[in-house]
Amino acid sequence: MSAPKTLFAKVWDAHEVDITEDGLSLIYADRHLLMEMQPQAFDGLRKAGLKVRQPEKTIGVMDHVVPTTDRSLPIDDPVSRMMVEQAFIDFKEFGVELLDLFDERQGIVHVIGPEQGITLPGVTLFCGDSHTATNGALGAFAMAVGTSEVEHLLATQTVPIARPKSMRVTVDGTLPAGCTAKDVILAIIGRIGTAGGTGYVIEYAGSAIRELSIEGRMTVTNMSVEAGARAGMIAPDEKTFEYIKGRPRAPSGKAWDAAVAYWRTLPSDPDAVFDKEVSLDASEIAPQVTWGTNPEEVAPIDGKVPDPRDAGDTDRRRMMERSLSYMGLQPGTSMRDIEIDRVFIGSCTNSRIEDLEAAAAVAKGRKVADRVSAMVVPGSGLVKREAERRGLDKIFIDAGFEWREPGCSMCIAMNGDFIQPGQRCASTSNRNFEGRQGRDGRTHLLSPAMAAAAAVTGRLTDIRELDLDR
Amino acid sequence: MEQFRKLTGVAAPMDMINIDTDKIIPKLHLRTIKRTGLGKFLFEEMRYETDGSEKPDFILNKEPYRNAKIIIGGDNFGCGSSREHAPWALLDFGVRCVISTSFADIFYNNCFKNGILPIRVSKDELDALMADASDSENPELTIDLEEMLIRRPNGAAISFDLEEFRRACLLDGLDDIGITMTKNASIDTFEEKQKRDQPWLYTAAAE
Repeated sequence: MSAPKTLFAKVWDAHEVDITEDGLSLIYADRHLLMEMQPQAFDGLRKAGLKVRQPEKTIGVMDHVVPTTDRSLPIDDPVSRMMVEQAFIDFKEFGVELLDLFDERQGIVHVIGPEQGITLPGVTLFCGDSHTATNGALGAFAMAVGTSEVEHLLATQTVPIARPKSMRVTVDGTLPAGCTAKDVILAIIGRIGTAGGTGYVIEYAGSAIRELSIEGRMTVTNMSVEAGARAGMIAPDEKTFEYIKGRPRAPSGKAWDAAVAYWRTLPSDPDAVFDKEVSLDASEIAPQVTWGTNPEEVAPIDGKVPDPRDAGDTDRRRMMERSLSYMGLQPGTSMRDIEIDRVFIGSCTNSRIEDLEAAAAVAKGRKVADRVSAMVVPGSGLVKREAERRGLDKIFIDAGFEWREPGCSMCIAMNGDFIQPGQRCASTSNRNFEGRQGRDGRTHLLSPAMAAAAAVTGRLTDIRELDLDR
Repeated sequence: MEQFRKLTGVAAPMDMINIDTDKIIPKLHLRTIKRTGLGKFLFEEMRYETDGSEKPDFILNKEPYRNAKIIIGGDNFGCGSSREHAPWALLDFGVRCVISTSFADIFYNNCFKNGILPIRVSKDELDALMADASDSENPELTIDLEEMLIRRPNGAAISFDLEEFRRACLLDGLDDIGITMTKNASIDTFEEKQKRDQPWLYTAAAE
C-alpha cells in the first residue's frame, strides 16, 4: 500500500518526466494555453529554428488588448492592433489553433479553458498569465509561467519547476446570505496575506467549498496568485463531472467512462499530510471589499477603514499609510460611506454566467446612480450569448450599464478601457494595485452582486441591506 | 543569455514591501513584440510625473543611483502578474541583481531566464544592505556568484544559497531549452506511456 497522497502530489507525480540532482522537476504539459501577449516566445522559436512540439495540445485566444466595443471596426490603437496582427501571423506560421477576436468562442483565456472542455481534472495546464490557477477548480494542476517558459513549453511540451509545497485551506460551515465565492477568497487572502501562499500549491477544501458551484470554485482558485500561491486546486467531484460532460473538447463515449474512473482516484487521500493547514469558518464571513492597494487589504462591508497605527510592524504600517494616501481614505471611515465613480463587472475572476446573473438580480428594476458609470464585460462570446438568451443584457442596459464585447477589459486596462486619475471603481476583478485600472485610479475589489449594488447606490453598499429595501 | 559571474555596482535601496509587477512595469508597456527597450519605463508611475518629467525624490532619479545595477527591495518583491516584462525592464535599465527577504514565485523564476540573479537574505541582512545602499557616498556592492557571497562596502560578506542548476545556468549563460532538448527521448517515452494510460488526453484536445 503506497503512502497517502494529496491531490496535488497525485497530479504532479503523474507528470514528472525527469528530476535534476538538485530537485528541479521537468513537468509535462497536457495543455498549453496562449494569448496575444507572448510574441517574443514565437520569435524565440523562429530565431532558434524550432517548431511547436505538440500543436494539438496548444491553443490560443485573444483577450488582453482586444476592444470591448464594436469588433467590425478597425482597432483604433496602433499598438494593440500590432499585437493582434502579430498573433494572426505567429499562430498561422506555427500551426497553432487561435480563437481570434471574430470567433464567438473568443474570450478571457481562463474562461475559455473550462468552457470548451480543454481543462480537465488531473491534467497539467500552463499559460503565460498569472490567473491560470482558475483552471484548478476542476482538479487540474494549472500554473502561470513567464514568456521564456512559454517558449520552453512550445519547444518541449515541458517546463522545469521546483516542486512546490502543499497547503490546505479548509472552509467549513455555511456561508451567510449575500456571501459568495468572491467573499470567501478575499477573506482567505485577508487571513494569510499576499505572500501567505508563496512557494505553495493551495488545495481548497471543506463543506463551504464543496457547496460552491463549479463557477464559484473558479472564482476561488482564480485568486490563488493574489495569496502568492503557485496554483490552487479543488478536488473533482460529481459536480465537476456534470460540468465537463458534453463540452466540445471533453472526452465522450468509452473515453468518458475511462476518464471519470481515473478522475475519481484524484482527491487527496484521507491521511494525506499537507505542509501547512489553514481553516476558516464560513459562517463568520461577511461580504468583503478591499480598501487598499493589495488584495490582503480587505475588510467586511460593515467594517471600517483600519488605522495604520494598529499595524503589527513598521513595514506594514508604512505600506498601509501609502495605500490609504493613494486611495484617498481616512482611517475609521465606514466602508459603506465610500462613494464610487465607476463600476466594472467582468474579468477572469467574475465574468461567467452565474456572476452576470447575480449582478443582474440586483440591477433589475433599478438605475445606475447619476454619479456612476458602469459596464459589464462578459468572459466569453458564449457567456455573452447565453446572457442575452436569458435577457440579462436588457436588464443591464435598462438599468444604465454598458453591455460590452468579451475580453480582459478594465481588469488590466490595456485595451482602451480604463478609469481616470482619482476615480474610484468598484470592480469584480482580482487586483487593486496602484495604477492597475488606470494611472492614479482607485480600485475596490468585491463580488458581482456587491458591484451592482454599488452601481445603483453610488457608494459601497452592503448587499444584505439592499435586499431588505426591496 | 549573458553570463553572471561577478557583479560590482551601485545598489539602490527601495525600502518598501510588496513591490508589485504593475509598479515595476505598468501594463501599457506589455504591448510590445520585443524584449528590449523597456528600461525607460521601469517603475514608470513612481519615477515620472504624468507629464513625463522626473519625480526628483524617486531613488533612480538621484545620483549615483541612476546607474544602479542592484536593487535592495522589501519583502514579497515582484508580487502580481507573470509578465516577464518586469525582469526585461530591470535588465534593460542595467539591473542584474535584486536582493530581498522574499520574492513572488513567478517573478523569481523569470529573473533566472534573463540572467538576473534574485538573492534571498534574512531580515537583518536586508536591513544592513539597505543601510549600505542608502549611503550615497559609497553604495557599491559586489555580488560573487562563484563564491555565493555579497561583499559589502565595509569589507564584510554575506553568504547566500541557490540551487546548483540555477547557479550553473547563470554562471555559464546556459539556455535551458537546449538542456531540456537533450532529454527528448525521456519526453517521447512519457508521451507513449501517457497515451496508453490516458488516451482521452490525446484524442480530445485537437479539433
